[in-house]
Amino acid sequence: MNRTYELMFIVRPDMAEEDQDKLISTLESAVTSTGGQVKNVERMGKRRLAYTVRRFHDGIYVLLTVEGSGGLIHELERRLRVTEPVIKFLTVRIDEEQKRLEKIKAIRAARRKVSATPAAAGGEAAGEVPAVTA
Amino acid sequence: MADETRPMATAGAETSSAGERPAGGERPERSDRPDRGDRRGFRPGGPGGGRGEGGPGGRKYFRRKKVCKFCVEKIEAINYKDTRLLAQFVAESGKIVPRRLTGVCTPHQRRLSSAIKQARNIALLPFAGRAS
Repeated sequence: MNRTYELMFIVRPDMAEEDQDKLISTLESAVTSTGGQVKNVERMGKRRLAYTVRRFHDGIYVLLTVEGSGGLIHELERRLRVTEPVIKFLTVRIDEEQKRLEKIKAIRAARRKVSATPAAAGGEAAGEVPAVTA
Repeated sequence: MADETRPMATAGAETSSAGERPAGGERPERSDRPDRGDRRGFRPGGPGGGRGEGGPGGRKYFRRKKVCKFCVEKIEAINYKDTRLLAQFVAESGKIVPRRLTGVCTPHQRRLSSAIKQARNIALLPFAGRAS
């Protein structure tokens, strides 16, 4: 029962680069030890917060894409909660949304092919152009 | 493509007037209503859209049918990280702009509002007021 989650968290802006690396690697090891998988780590860098959080106006955003069970997420959130420099976090389940998007994409691709073939019976590349502009 | 650029330009101009409604029947034209949805071409007497009305000066005007931006531009992914997109549907005060003003269809408004709420949670969008 594996699900894909996006784990976004904000650490305080004065956190050193190596401390961030350490935090991320501990989270990664927590994921792999519980049978999960880290798909992607994205540091979105320092951003201005829309409102003050714990008296901070800025924060360093980090985005983890994790595959695993709900229990794993529970553990990760617990860890984030007790980690002092993390000022805010948000977990979003994305696998269902991804599935939905792929489905729509497939439907659109199929429809485009159908509409393109009568317009240009010869090449598909030629038929693609009116389909896009229409 | 041609009918995409024009409504976008008007949408930008209207952002400032969001939140306030036209006062009454004084206005000869109601094109400055705070809607930010893309509006398709001019369809007088179209289904539900163009409604001819006599203004104070006896002038007639048509309200264009509002169309859902996400349906027209085929934007399917409404993500909480895409603040630039979400900010178009948030008023100056930080409120989510209602469907009746933007013309967004119900399924998309549902996704949009949940995305805005997620973005608020992670401090990408403000709960109230402008982003500091």
